[in-house]
This record gives sequence, C-alpha cells and structure tokens, in this order.
Amino acid sequence: MRIAVVQYPGSNADFDALHAARDVLGADAFYVFHKERELGDAEAVIVPGGFSYGDYLRPGAIAGFSPITPALKRFAERGGPVLGICNGFQILTELGLLPGALTRNAHLRFECRPVHVRVEARGVFTGGIPEGTVLRLPIAHADGRYQCDDATLATLQDRVAFRYCDAEGHPATAGAVDERGLPLNPNGSRDAIAGLYNEGRNVCGLMPHPERAAEAILGSADGLHLFTSLRDQIGRTA
Amino acid sequence: MKARVYVTLKEEVLDPQGDAVRRSLGSLGFEGVDRVRVGKLVELELGAVDRSAAETELQAMCEKLLANPVIEDFRFELEG
Repeated sequence: MRIAVVQYPGSNADFDALHAARDVLGADAFYVFHKERELGDAEAVIVPGGFSYGDYLRPGAIAGFSPITPALKRFAERGGPVLGICNGFQILTELGLLPGALTRNAHLRFECRPVHVRVEARGVFTGGIPEGTVLRLPIAHADGRYQCDDATLATLQDRVAFRYCDAEGHPATAGAVDERGLPLNPNGSRDAIAGLYNEGRNVCGLMPHPERAAEAILGSADGLHLFTSLRDQIGRTA
Repeated sequence: MKARVYVTLKEEVLDPQGDAVRRSLGSLGFEGVDRVRVGKLVELELGAVDRSAAETELQAMCEKLLANPVIEDFRFELEG
C-alpha cells in the first residue's frame, strides 16, 4: 500500500506519520513536498500535524493555497482516503473538505496530554474498530475547539468519527473532568467532537495524534487501529 | 491606494482571548467593561486606482483567504 505524507513548511509530525505508516504498519509510505503538484501513485494521503506556515493568519489557512492542494482536493473528491491529523484537520477544514473550523481552545492553554476518544462513525479509518471502542491518544494543540453553526452540526452527527470521553467511554459532558481534574473535553469543542468524516466517509480529520500512539513503547498502540482499518479497507477495494 | 481589512469572530463564536482581556482589564481596575472581542487588522497597499475594482478585489480576498466565513466576519475600508 502506497501512503503519501504531505510536508508543509512547519509540519512537525510528518516523520511520526511516516514512521507509523512505514515502520509500524509496514506500508510503502513516502513524503510529498507541498511544492509538488501530484501525489504520485498514492492510495492514501496523510496530512500531518504541525504548524504549517507558522499558523499565519489562521491555522491551516495558508496551506490551503499550496501547489499540492489541487491534487489533494482531486484525490479526496474522487474518494481517495485522506487522514488529517491535528494541523492536518485544520487544513482540511480550511480546504472545505470537512465542514466547520478549529478555533482557539476555550481556556486558551496549549493542551499536551493523553485523552480518551470514543469511536463512532464508520468510515475508511474506523471500519475495523468496533463502534464505542475507547482509544487513548495524545493531543498537542492550542487551536482544537471544533466550531460550526447549528445547521451544520445537525447534518454531521452521523459523521462524528471520534468524540472526547472518559476512560470508560462516557461522553465528555460540559464541565466533566478526569481523575486529575483535567477537562474531558480538552478544548471546548462543540458536542465534544474530536474528529469527523466528510459525507463520503473517505476524508477524516481529528485533533488527537494516532501516529504518536501506534506502538506500545509510546504508551498506547490504540492509534494503530486507524492505520490497520485503512489497510484492510484498501485491501478490500484493490 | 490603502486598504484596511478588519476580521472579527462572528457574534455567536466564543472568543476566549476577548474574555481573558476583559478579566485582565477588570483586575487592573477598569470596571464596567462588559465585553471584549479580539480581532485582526490587515493593512494592504493596493496598486489599483479604480475604487470599485479595488472593492470587488478586496471582497474576493477576504472571502478566499483573509477571513474564514465559517467563524469570522470581515469589513474593509479604502483610503486615497
């Protein structure tokens, strides 16, 4: 399986994504620099985390106009699997591939800690994970508060891929905290949305970092499920 | 021609920075500040001479890049 990892100036989780896809999953993963115009023979694309273009203007705003962007949009619109992680999620919303926007964390702090998310919607990155499974994944962001208007929110409930929750999978209701007193919803996202799919269920964006929790040595291998789901899905359609 | 673009969060979008500024003003003794909203000012120097063409262009710039219509409003003014 060929997986492209897009590199922007300011990406910092690009190697983490490449490592998880190549060394842990065993896929044929490769970088695509943002100045390129084609994704090669990629069967899936990862838009990695970081601070593309220094988060100038808004996180992900400038990356939306990179030379690689038209190829990325074509790939996604044709049904190609695209995973946007953290800054990658922000970029996908700026591109209009996913609805809504990621805004400043409600309490203004940069959050860097493990959180729990509940797997909900079926799609290319969650097809192999039973619904309701709780994953422990790290977050590292200052702008992760998912925001959209009421009308949009009503249309995407069945596309919420991941929702912040406690260790047992109970939803992160407003004000709920974990055993350390930290908010279960780490950024104030609407409806505790941590990640979601597009209508085609082939484009997924999430704030937590599955690639940083893909091996037991990293404290959690839960994130690997997204990669194995992708592999199994591509295997079925290939 | 000089242009100023003001980008602000939509009314219904929470502005935690504005809230923090309001609290700080309160602790400095500035009572009576009911609400603070933090926005952005973008200044542009335009080569255009035609005012209405510049306005059309600015509108497009705001919609495509300078503001995110999902969460932000914008307005602009032209000088000269």
